Amino acid sequence: MFDSLTGKFANAFTALRNRGRIGSGDIDEMCGEIRKALLDADVALAVAESFVAKVNERAQAALPDLRQSTNQSQAIFAIVNEELISILGGAARRIRLAKNPPTVIMLAGLQGSGKTTLAGKLAHYFKTQGDTPLLVAADLQRPNAVNQLSVVATNAKVPVFAPEVGNGVGDPIKVARDGVAFAREKFHNIVIVDTAGRLGVDIELMNEAKAIRDAVNPDEIIFVVDSMIGQDAVRTAQAFLDGVGFDGVALTKLDGDAKGGAALSIAKITARPIMFVSTGEKLQDFDLFYPDRMASRILGMGDIQSLAEQTKLAFDGDTAAKLEAKFAEGDDFTLEDFLEQMQAMKKMGSMSKLLGMLPGANSGAMKKQLENFDEGEIVRTQAIVQSMTPSERREPKILNGSRRLRIANGSGRSVKEVNSLVDRFSAAQKMMKTMRNGGSIPGLPGGLGNSAPQAGGMRKPPPNNLPNKKKSRSGNPAKRAQGEG
Amino acid sequence: MSLFKKLLAKITGTNASAGELQDLETILIEADLGSDVTKKIIDDAKSRKDDNFLDSVKATLTNSLSTKSRDIAFDAQQPTVLLIVGVNGTGKTTSAAKLANYLKNENKKVLIAAADTFRAAAVAQIQTWGERIGIPVISGNDGADPAAVAFDAAKCAIAEKFDYLIIDTAGRLHTKDNLMAELEKVKRVVEKVIPVSEILFVLDGTTGQNGLAQAQIFNESVGLTGLIVTKLDGSAKGGIAIATEAALDLPIKFIGTGETLADFSRFDSAKYLEDLTSL
Repeated sequence: MFDSLTGKFANAFTALRNRGRIGSGDIDEMCGEIRKALLDADVALAVAESFVAKVNERAQAALPDLRQSTNQSQAIFAIVNEELISILGGAARRIRLAKNPPTVIMLAGLQGSGKTTLAGKLAHYFKTQGDTPLLVAADLQRPNAVNQLSVVATNAKVPVFAPEVGNGVGDPIKVARDGVAFAREKFHNIVIVDTAGRLGVDIELMNEAKAIRDAVNPDEIIFVVDSMIGQDAVRTAQAFLDGVGFDGVALTKLDGDAKGGAALSIAKITARPIMFVSTGEKLQDFDLFYPDRMASRILGMGDIQSLAEQTKLAFDGDTAAKLEAKFAEGDDFTLEDFLEQMQAMKKMGSMSKLLGMLPGANSGAMKKQLENFDEGEIVRTQAIVQSMTPSERREPKILNGSRRLRIANGSGRSVKEVNSLVDRFSAAQKMMKTMRNGGSIPGLPGGLGNSAPQAGGMRKPPPNNLPNKKKSRSGNPAKRAQGEG
Repeated sequence: MSLFKKLLAKITGTNASAGELQDLETILIEADLGSDVTKKIIDDAKSRKDDNFLDSVKATLTNSLSTKSRDIAFDAQQPTVLLIVGVNGTGKTTSAAKLANYLKNENKKVLIAAADTFRAAAVAQIQTWGERIGIPVISGNDGADPAAVAFDAAKCAIAEKFDYLIIDTAGRLHTKDNLMAELEKVKRVVEKVIPVSEILFVLDGTTGQNGLAQAQIFNESVGLTGLIVTKLDGSAKGGIAIATEAALDLPIKFIGTGETLADFSRFDSAKYLEDLTSL
């Protein structure tokens, strides 16, 4: 996402960095590059020009001071970053919950922008937050939109209010109104109203959207927009703003290679924040939008913050605490713990998405690798571990040839794969021991599974003198009793 | 499609001033024509100072349009297979239905294959269309292998002597290699029984510069024969369609201009150019 934009920004900065001393002309040159990059990314002309003018003005003004400092290009980089954050909407904004539930959220947008899919994702998101969302099928226009929403709702395990079959039959205004009343009655605290896609120029449909709005009095109207939209984005957004009005923007299909420049324009011109981004076809492919993090991504600095948050989310308190306690007590890290970690990792979503948040992940070669990442690897590794008996998981040392063959047969993998997993596991186990004993870490603790790097969960214990039970035991029983006593 | 109305209203003389060229650039960029086509038009206009400025713009555009036929292929011997492809949400299913209706009105016997087995209720969507226009639809269950559905439909089209088989496929982002491979498989499997005559790429008229990247990758993957440009009833100018046609030599065959079946017509390049010059 925003990748090509990232590449072009990177080029502009590299050119700048390679200058020994930055002059006024260099800044002009960089601004020219940025302007072209923005236009190629579908940023509206007016927005691109005002952005570049602002960056140029600030950079030129800062230039006299910069001459003394050693890291001039960094300072200019910071200016671009700040301006980018401001264009993306400044601070992050979230859904405002109504004082008296239910909170009504209405979705509006062009046809094919992804409203129905987003409705499901939004419902799924609220459900994981502990809310009780209800989906309302008020798109009675498109053939089987109601049907689609019902399927999406079933997948998200969220109830749907769909009294009309749709396909051009029924009154969407009544459905919306009844939906909210139904939610109030059944104590749903959030209602998501999916409406028909419409063009900004279609007065009749725009009036219908207005009527739905007036009927349900939504707390938030979200304008759903396809990140691949072109220069028309601004006109369309303006038409919706004038027609029904909206409070925030949701950007969809960001998993493609669209540069999403139009999104910047919408945020800038309508002064409405981007609140959500949708990055795939699955329910989980949904993120809150953080302007500062997006700016980091565009500039190729990665998105460590989101990664850390996802990790925290997946490793629920219990798992993490248990592992930590185990670690501190000096127990061995077993395949059982490993299995638990893997399950937690799967909760975090796709591996390629997670790895994509690392700095530099958007470079050409790395990107290709990520696109073709074999998500099945985790599943296969899991199958192997699950084919082991509990005692084997705790004590991999007992795995002899016949046990390995049984595990291979049980998991449908080859003995070679079982061997390689056990090898990698013992290497990792060894490293954990070294870490616990206060030794330095040779490389990163990413040894478990060539494609399943450990994502957190293990924290280094305080370096006090922990009793180390597994320390070398004396061969002399008397001495050993002394040592353990 | 009067792309240049604004421009024509502004520039009346034969020579364009620097300011007018700036205006021209703005209009072209805002129409999503992209920086390459825009630069070409501007450069040509500059170099042909003595000629009529508008003629220059028109000539550049005419030259960049494809010279390939804009007709839909027809094979009298066996069913003609049309594969409809594109990214998510561009209007493939609606276009497939409109195209079926168009061919039916030409007195052709048409069969639709609902090979979009991925998106929730997509099969039901095309079935509803099929009922409305009175065209049989062959489908599998949600989640079925799209290639298998297409293969069954191809065999059925031959057995029942249909003139046309329109295969509606699931939307896929061009960046997903696996999904592109799936599309290649659909084509490969159908071609075991019958050649695919047309692979039409559905391009959303509101798309920006990404549209070209989409078409390019689909073209590399399955080999496109033409474009269907949708959603041209909005305020978008659809310049990306022209840019795509110019860059990949892929003729725009149909345009979609609304939600009803009738809002679908052949793309007429002569009329298009006429529209350009009329005020």
